[in-house]
Amino acid sequence: MSALVSRATRASRVAGLSALGLAAVLVSAPWWTDIATERLIGEFMVYLALATLWNLLAGYAGLVSVGQQAYVGFGAYVLISLASLAGWNPLWAVPMAGLGAAAIATPVARLVFRLQGAYFAIGTWVMAEVFRLVCAQISALGGGSGTSLTPAAMKLVAATRPAREAAIYWLALALGLGAVAVAYLLLRSRIGLALTAIRDSEIASDSLGIRIDRVKLAVYVLVAGLTGMVGALVELQKVRMSPDAAFSVNDWTAFVIFIVVIGGIGTIEGPILGALIYFVLREYLAELGSLYLMILGALAILVMLTAPQGLWGFVQRRFGLSLFPTGYRVRGL
Amino acid sequence: MVEPLLRVEALRASYGDARALHGVSLELRAGETLALIGANGAGKSTLLKAICGLVGQNEGRILFKGEDIARRPASRIVRLGVALAPEGRRMFPSLSVEENLILGGKARRPGPWSLESVYALFPVLKERRRQPAPAMSGGQQQMCAIGRALMSNPELLLLDELSLGLAPTIIKDIYELLPRIAAGGVATILVEQDVTRALATAERFVCLQEGHVSLEGDPAEHSRDDITRAYFGT
Amino acid sequence: MTWINAVVQGVLIGGLYAMFAAGLSLIFGVMRLVNIGHGDLIVAASYLAWAVVHATGLHPLTSLVIVAPLAAAFGYALQLGVLNHTLGKGILPPLLVTFGLSVILQNGMLLIFTADTRKLDAGALETGSFALSPGVDIGYLPLLMFATALVVIAALQFLFYSTSLGREFRAVSDDREVAALMGIDDRRVYASAMALSLAVVAVAGVFLAIRSNFDPFMGPGRLIFGFEAVIIGGLGNLWGTLAGGVILGVAQGVGAEINPGWQVLAGHIAFFLVLAVRPRGLFPRIS
Repeated sequence: MSALVSRATRASRVAGLSALGLAAVLVSAPWWTDIATERLIGEFMVYLALATLWNLLAGYAGLVSVGQQAYVGFGAYVLISLASLAGWNPLWAVPMAGLGAAAIATPVARLVFRLQGAYFAIGTWVMAEVFRLVCAQISALGGGSGTSLTPAAMKLVAATRPAREAAIYWLALALGLGAVAVAYLLLRSRIGLALTAIRDSEIASDSLGIRIDRVKLAVYVLVAGLTGMVGALVELQKVRMSPDAAFSVNDWTAFVIFIVVIGGIGTIEGPILGALIYFVLREYLAELGSLYLMILGALAILVMLTAPQGLWGFVQRRFGLSLFPTGYRVRGL
Repeated sequence: MVEPLLRVEALRASYGDARALHGVSLELRAGETLALIGANGAGKSTLLKAICGLVGQNEGRILFKGEDIARRPASRIVRLGVALAPEGRRMFPSLSVEENLILGGKARRPGPWSLESVYALFPVLKERRRQPAPAMSGGQQQMCAIGRALMSNPELLLLDELSLGLAPTIIKDIYELLPRIAAGGVATILVEQDVTRALATAERFVCLQEGHVSLEGDPAEHSRDDITRAYFGT
Repeated sequence: MTWINAVVQGVLIGGLYAMFAAGLSLIFGVMRLVNIGHGDLIVAASYLAWAVVHATGLHPLTSLVIVAPLAAAFGYALQLGVLNHTLGKGILPPLLVTFGLSVILQNGMLLIFTADTRKLDAGALETGSFALSPGVDIGYLPLLMFATALVVIAALQFLFYSTSLGREFRAVSDDREVAALMGIDDRRVYASAMALSLAVVAVAGVFLAIRSNFDPFMGPGRLIFGFEAVIIGGLGNLWGTLAGGVILGVAQGVGAEINPGWQVLAGHIAFFLVLAVRPRGLFPRIS
C-alpha cells in the first residue's frame, strides 16, 4: 500500500483560492466603497494583525504576554516622532517603527524571559508601563497629554483626503493580511516545526537539540517588530495620540486576547474567526458600554472553561476542517 | 461464602502513555498478603493506582467491602480503608518526617496505628521526626512512606515497588517487619521486582503480563518455570 | 532631611505593598496560580468597605469585621466554582480566566459605582502624626499600616508552618496526587487558600481606601505593585515579600523626590534592576 503525505486538503485549496479572491476584492475597496467602510475594515485589519501576532506568541511559542501594548505604543511614538519632529513622510516611518520595535524587543526579552509562565505575563505588562511612563515624560511630544500628527505630515502621505484614506487603508490591509501570511509561512518553516516540537514537549525538544530560548526569542522579536508597525498604522488612523491611549492594555491586549481565545488559540483560523465575532459583537453590543465589556469577559471565561480550543477548535474537531493547514496529514491511496 | 475484601472485575484502565490494563480480575480476602508480580510495563502500578483512585479513566468494577470504588476520588477511598505507599516513596519535601506521618492519619480511621506505634515499628523515624523528609536516606523514606500509609489504619495496604533502589540490608529489615504489620489484620498487595522475596512473603500471587492476568495462585503450587513463563510471556 | 523623610515614608508605604503582595504570594505558593484579577479584587474590597461604612456608619477599620469574611467567602466560592476548573491544564486557562475576571470586576464596579473617585474617612487617624526628628514626621496611619502588614505576614507565616491547614497547603503544593491519597480534597484546600488570600485583600483594600482616593480602574496598578514586591523579595518567601514591598516603596519615594513624574517609574526600574541582577529575587525560597 502506498500513501501520500501532504499538507493540503480540498478545503485548504478552496480556502486558498477564496482568500486570494477576497484579497483582490479588498484591495479594490477604495474604488467601490466609502471612507467609513474603509476605516471599519482598516480597524478590523489592525485587530486581525494584533490577534494573529499574539496568537503566534501565546498559542505557539508559549509566551503569554499581556504587554504587547508596549510595541503598539512604541510604534506610534516612533511614527509621530519621525513625522512631526524630523519631517519624514509618515509612510516611511512605518518600517522604521517595525525595526525600532524589533531592536528594543531584544534587550527587553533578555529581562522578561527571566520570568516564567504567568509571571512572564505580568512582567511584560510592567515593561509596557515603563514604556508608557517614559513616553509621558517626552515634553516635545506633549508629555502626559500627548499630541497629534501635524496636517503638514498628513499631507506628505497624500495630498487629497480620499487618496490619504486609501493609502492608510492599503497599509492596514497589507499589515492585516501580511500578519496572517507571515504566521502561516512561519509555521510551515523550520521555526514552525521547532515551535510545534516545543509545544508538545519542551524537555524532549531540548534534548533533541532545539535551542528553545533562541526560537522563542526569534518569535518574540519578530512579533514585536510587526506589532510596532501596527502601532504606527494605528497612529496614522487615529492621528491624535496620548500615552494612555497608545499603551492601553484594554485596547491592544485585552480585546486581542478575547479575540484569540474565543476564536481558537493555536490555530491560524482562530484569530480570523475571533476578530469577525468581535466586530459583530461590538457592532450590536458596544452601546451597552461597560456591560458589553463584562459580557466579553464572561464569554472568554466560558470559552476557556468549556471549549479551551475556542470556536475554531470546535469546528475543527467536529468537521475535521482545516483551511490553513500547517501540519502534515497522511492519506492512503 | 464470605464476600472478599477486594474484588476487581474486568478492569480496564490506562495511566500515562503505554501502561494499561485490559480486563484484569482478582480477589483478596481480609488479612491476606498478595504478591503482584510482572515485568516492567505489565500494569502493576496502574492496577494499584486504579484501586486507590489515582487513575481517572477506567472501566469495570473495583469492589471494596462490597462497594464499587472504581470512580471515587482518591481522597474518599482512603477513608474507606485503602492506603498506598507509592512507588518512589514520594515524601512531601516541605514537610518534616512527623508532619508527613500526621498527614497520613488525616483520614482519622480508628485502629491500632498512631504516631507512637509507627515510631515503635520504625524507631529511626522518631529520631528524625523534626527533620525535613528529603534529608532521610532512601530506606528511611520508604519506612516513612509505609508508616504514613499505616497512619490511616487501612484494611488494605498497597505497597508499590517496596525494595526498588534500596540497599540489601534495609530491604531485609523492612521485609522482617512486614509480618508485624500483617499481624494487625491488614490485607496487603505487594508489588515487587524481587520475585523470590515477594513469593516467599505472600500467601498468594497474581502475575500480570501486558495488562492481563497470566497466572495466579499459591506460590507453592506452581513451579518456578510456570511462573517465569507467566512473567516473561515465553 | 527630605531624602531621609522620603526613605522613611517609602518604608511605611512598603507595608501596604506587602499586603497587596501577600495574598498573591500565598496562592502562588499553594497552587501556582497567578491571579491577574488580584488588584481588582483589592479595589472591590475598597468599594465593599465603602458600602458597608455608608450603610452602617462603622469606622472603616471596624468595617473589616464584615468586609473580610465576605471577601473570604467570595474567594472560597470563586475558587470552587471557577478557578479550580482552570488548574492542571497549563498556564493559559488560569491566566486568561483571571484576566477575564479582572475585566468583569472593573466594569462591574464602573457600572455600580461610576467612575467618580471615592475615599474612606478614618477621622483623626489620618491626620495625626509625631516627629521622629526635625523634618521627619511619622503619620499614625502609615505606621498602623506598616504594623498591620507585619501582623498579617507573621500570621500567614504561622498559619503556613504551624497549623494543620498550613500543613495541607504545603502538602498539596508539593504533590497533589499523594495529598489526595492522604484524604485531602485539594479543591477545598485551594478554596481555603483563596479565601485566606481574599481576607488579606480585604485588609489591603480598606487601607488603600483610607489612604487615598480610589476608582474602578486602580486594580491593575495594585496588582503590578504587589507582583513587583513578590518578585523583588523572592518567590515563596513571605518575609521576603515584605522586604520587596519596602524596597519598592523606598524606590518610589526616592524617585518622587527627584521628579514627581518618576515615582511609579522608579519602582518599575528598581524591579527590573533586581530582575537583571538577581533573577530569582533577593530572598528566594521556592526552587
